[in-house]
Amino acid sequence: MTADQQMAAEIKAATAETPEAEARLSKSRVWAILLPLIGTAVLLAAWALIKYINDWNAFILPSPIDVVETIIDEWDLLLSNTWVTIFETVVGFLLAIVIGVPIGIALAYWWVFDRMFSPILFGFNAIPKIAIAPLLVIWMGFGVLPKIVMAVLLCFFPIVLSMAAGIKSTPEELRELVRSLEASSVQAFLKVRLPAALPHLFVGLKLAISLAVIGAVIGEFVGATEGLGYLIVVSGGTADTSLAFAALVFLAVISIILYYLLVALENWLVSWDQETG
Amino acid sequence: MIELHNVSKTFHSKKGSVEALRNINLTVDEGEFITLVGRSGCGKTTLLRLIAGLLQPTAGQLSVSGQKVAKPRRDVAVMFQRPALLPWRTVLENLMLPVEVIGAKKSEYLGRAEELLDTTSLTGFEDALPRELSGGMQQRVSLCRSLITDPDVLLMDEPFASLDALTREELSSELQRICLDQQKTVVFVTHSIDEAVLLADRAVVLSPRPGQIKQIVDVDVPKPRSLGHSDHTERLAEIGAELRDLLFEPAEARP
Repeated sequence: MTADQQMAAEIKAATAETPEAEARLSKSRVWAILLPLIGTAVLLAAWALIKYINDWNAFILPSPIDVVETIIDEWDLLLSNTWVTIFETVVGFLLAIVIGVPIGIALAYWWVFDRMFSPILFGFNAIPKIAIAPLLVIWMGFGVLPKIVMAVLLCFFPIVLSMAAGIKSTPEELRELVRSLEASSVQAFLKVRLPAALPHLFVGLKLAISLAVIGAVIGEFVGATEGLGYLIVVSGGTADTSLAFAALVFLAVISIILYYLLVALENWLVSWDQETG
Repeated sequence: MIELHNVSKTFHSKKGSVEALRNINLTVDEGEFITLVGRSGCGKTTLLRLIAGLLQPTAGQLSVSGQKVAKPRRDVAVMFQRPALLPWRTVLENLMLPVEVIGAKKSEYLGRAEELLDTTSLTGFEDALPRELSGGMQQRVSLCRSLITDPDVLLMDEPFASLDALTREELSSELQRICLDQQKTVVFVTHSIDEAVLLADRAVVLSPRPGQIKQIVDVDVPKPRSLGHSDHTERLAEIGAELRDLLFEPAEARP
C-alpha cells in the first residue's frame, strides 16, 4: 500500500467507518448543504489563485472578489437589466407553451397532421436559431419582441415533442378502460390522457426553460438596448470584464430559480408519479 | 341475458389471417356465473372482448339483454387483468370515474362507494393513491370501480392472474360473495381450473386454434363454495379433474 492509498483509506475510515455510516452521512441534511458549499469554495479559491499566480489584470480575469464588488456597486444596473431578461424569458416560455402544447396534442392525435407537419418541424429545428437573430432585428427592431420570439423559437420544440410523446404513451390498459366505460373523446382526453401525459410534458418544460433564457440572451446579443445579454456585450466593448462576469452570475441565478420554480410546480401537479416514499 | 349465435372472429394482418374463434354458440342466463377456461391462445379473451363490444365479430350474432352488441355498453362493466387505476386519483376518486363518465351526481354514489369499499375490506383507504396499495388491494379497487354504477353484466378478463396464489383465492371468495349478494351476470375468463370450479355455475371449456367450445360443464354444487374442506370437497375435485382431462386431452383425439 502506498502512502497515498493509506492516507485515502484513513480519511475514509475517519469519515465513515462502515457502509451504513457512509449512507447515513450521505443522507444527512447538514452535509447536503455543506458539501456543495465546500466544493464551490474550493473552485473559487482555485480561480483566485490562478489569477494571483499569473498576475493578470482584472480586465483579463477579474478575481471573485472583484466580481462581488461589481455586483454590490452596480446592483441597480444589474437588477434593472435582469428584470428585462426575465420578462423576455418568461413571456417567451409561456408563449411557447400556448403554441407548442396544442401542436403536440394535434401531432399525437391525428396522424395526417403528424405526416403533414412533422418533417417541416424537424427541418426547422435543424436550423441553428442564432442564424435567424439578425433577421428578427430587421423585421422587429430593437425592442423586446425579437428577444421573446427568439426564446419561443428555442424552447418551442422540446415542448411540442414532450407533449406529443406524453399523449401517445397513455398506457394501453387505461385506453381500454376508457373505451369500455364508453367515455367521450373529450372525457378521455381531460380525465385520462392529458393528466397521464403531464410527467412527460414536464421533462420538456424543464429543458425548455433553460433554452428560453438562452434565446432571450441571444436576442439581446444581436441588437438590444437593455437586458443582461446587452450588458455583457457593452462591458466587452468597455473592457469592464467584472461587469460581464457579474451579469453571467445573474443569468445563472435566473436559470436556476426558474428551473426550480418549475420543479416545484411539477412536484405539486404530478406528485403521484414519484417513487413510493 | 347474453346470447351468442354462430360467432366467429378472424384477425387479419399483413402476415396473414388468424382464425381466433369459430362458431361459438352460448346463452348466459340472468344472474348466471360463467367461467371461460382454456389454454393460452384459445380465444377466451377475444370472446370476452366481443361480448364487451370492444371488438366486432367477423360473423354471427351477439346480443346482451336482447340488443345487438355494437359498442361498449353502460350496463356492462369490464374488469381487466391489470387494475388500470388512474395513478393520480385516490381510491375514492378512481371509484367515481365511471360515475363522472355517465354524467351522474357523485354525491348520489358516495353511499354505494362506501358500501363497496366496506365489502372489499378497503375502508380507511379512500384517500390512498394506487401506488400506496398492494396488488391485491389495487385489484379490489378495480372490482369496486366496475360495480359502482351497478351494471347488470360483469365481464372479467383473468382479473386475479397477476396476484399471488393466496391473495387470488381470497379475492375469488370475495367475488363469489359479492356476486351472490348483488345478483350479477358474470362472464369470467381464467386459465385456473380451481378458480373455474370455485366460481362457475357453468364452466365453458374452449379448445385452441381455432377457438371453439369443447364442452360446457355444469358445476352442480351449492354456493357459497370453498376450496377448503366442506361437504362438497369431493364433488368439486371431481369436476376439477373433469376439466383438467378436457383441457389436456390431445388435439388429435378431437372428433
